Amino acid sequence: MNPRLVQDLLHHSADTRPDSLALICDGQRLTYAEIERRANALAHALLARGIGRGDRVVLHLPNSVELVVGIFGVLKAGAAFVVVNVTTKPDKLAYILRNCQARALLTTPRGAELSRAHLPDLRWVMAVPSAVAPGPDVLSYQELLAGSVAERPPQVNIDLDLACLIYTSGSTGEPKGVMSDHSNVVFAVQSITSYLENTPDDVVIDVLPLSFDYGLYQLLMVFSFGGTLVLEKGFTFPAEILARMEKERVTGLPGVPTLYSMLLGMDLAPYDLSSLRYLTNTAAALPPAHILRLRDKFPGARLYSMYGLTETKRTLYLPVDQLDRRPDSVGIAIPGTEVWVEDELGHRLGPGEVGELVVRGRHVMRGYWGDAEATARRFRPGPLPGERLCYTGDLFRMDEDGYFYFVGRRDDMIKSRGEKVSPKEIENVLYRLEGVLEAAVVGVPDPVLGQAIKAFVVVNGAGLTTADVLRHCRAHLEDLMVPSAVEFCDTLPKTASGKIRRVELA
Amino acid sequence: MEAIEEKLRAYIAENILFSGNGYPYPDETSFLDNGIVDSMNIMEIVLFAEKAFGITIRDQEIVRANFDSVANLSDFVRKKLSGNGAAEPH
Repeated sequence: MNPRLVQDLLHHSADTRPDSLALICDGQRLTYAEIERRANALAHALLARGIGRGDRVVLHLPNSVELVVGIFGVLKAGAAFVVVNVTTKPDKLAYILRNCQARALLTTPRGAELSRAHLPDLRWVMAVPSAVAPGPDVLSYQELLAGSVAERPPQVNIDLDLACLIYTSGSTGEPKGVMSDHSNVVFAVQSITSYLENTPDDVVIDVLPLSFDYGLYQLLMVFSFGGTLVLEKGFTFPAEILARMEKERVTGLPGVPTLYSMLLGMDLAPYDLSSLRYLTNTAAALPPAHILRLRDKFPGARLYSMYGLTETKRTLYLPVDQLDRRPDSVGIAIPGTEVWVEDELGHRLGPGEVGELVVRGRHVMRGYWGDAEATARRFRPGPLPGERLCYTGDLFRMDEDGYFYFVGRRDDMIKSRGEKVSPKEIENVLYRLEGVLEAAVVGVPDPVLGQAIKAFVVVNGAGLTTADVLRHCRAHLEDLMVPSAVEFCDTLPKTASGKIRRVELA
Repeated sequence: MEAIEEKLRAYIAENILFSGNGYPYPDETSFLDNGIVDSMNIMEIVLFAEKAFGITIRDQEIVRANFDSVANLSDFVRKKLSGNGAAEPH
């Protein structure tokens, strides 16, 4: 197989193993041929409404069959997909829709209602799943697909075209859309599946939202090797996940430290998890004690410690034979790429020295949508003309054998439940609450979340309570960004120039 | 029997929704599908239910069928209370 475009990953499996089970989700079991058919129909429906090459289509849906079909349908129409977490509130969804100049939005009936109010000029809003249009200018999914044919539409893209935007929390407080072209995604998928040694027999359970690159790539990876994806809505109910893993004979579990710490707190004896071949961890480091306990609980499974950021998808992985020797390392560059550590003057550093991790390879994404300044800071010229390197903003050191260790972050970003959270974005929301004079948000260590979000606020005499602050946050922030604690202060520590010093609050 | 529903509604309204005027949804409304509570809140609700109703909830019982609405959670608590004679509401 020599896929050039992301949809080729599906095409290959649909052509070579049409009757294999591709997706298990919401009680449905779909083959590759069925997903191919549905995605083709959606692509034709989008094309018929003038959506095509170069357009952006936002998918604001929970993990679902419709979201999977949506991703491939958008690609088959020649457009780029943008998955937005279903817990994203209307004002931020509206920001993203405007920022990427979306041509169409596929959302839930409730999302359609809310976004219509915010975005009167968006051309197409489609509600999924819904038989009846929830309002004027909104198409129901059934209306959208009516009369659509299931043949594969002709390919119009080349691999330098945009495949997707993945919005991440930015240090300025506004979300930034990381642009991936088809070649970036296909390369990353092939590199990662090579070190995980995936085969069509793999059954991978995905409990992470597809709005998060780690969750999204499970789908793309599984479809590339023709395995089965068990797609869940989250890991709120670990007992259900474990039962599903047993029933579907799951071989691969991609997790984050929050999930593993929940599993370590449970009695796993009632479940037969002997099918499990590997576990992966990324987004934040697993404490070495958890690594040891995970190996006890899952003796037959390999554990991969990894590191990455949306801007390069995955960056590092620790080969499993190194886990005993270097349990605190996140390993080496993924196959076909290279990394090094640099000081602030751009000198490469040797073993033991701490500096910024720099990444080179085809997985270095194309930059941030519509933000040349932020792009220029993160993506800088490489050794060959026209090349891009990714400056991760994360501090690392390398040992004598060339294995890398995460040291810390250069910015104030918080990692909660494995996802990046910008303190600034939360502070901006806090400032919009009447009565808040000053606000600062920091991450505090938490055994389950990794970092919990704590807000410090200075208020006027209006008598704001913790409940008022949290209610406001819940109305305007995604679930994972809502602070778990609020502290009222008389003043906040500041620099000479009056900037709030978060570091003194952490 | 309404007492269980009332306690749950009040707890969720005050501690999760931070609502000044009670629990605003019908008892059958799905917590997760409607974004009423998020995944971390479920653990808070488990701890609250154990304490408020004097029951012990096993990991295997923390599933959507028992924890996705005021109605199904109340049914679950009632089943626990009747199945375990030693447990009495506080």
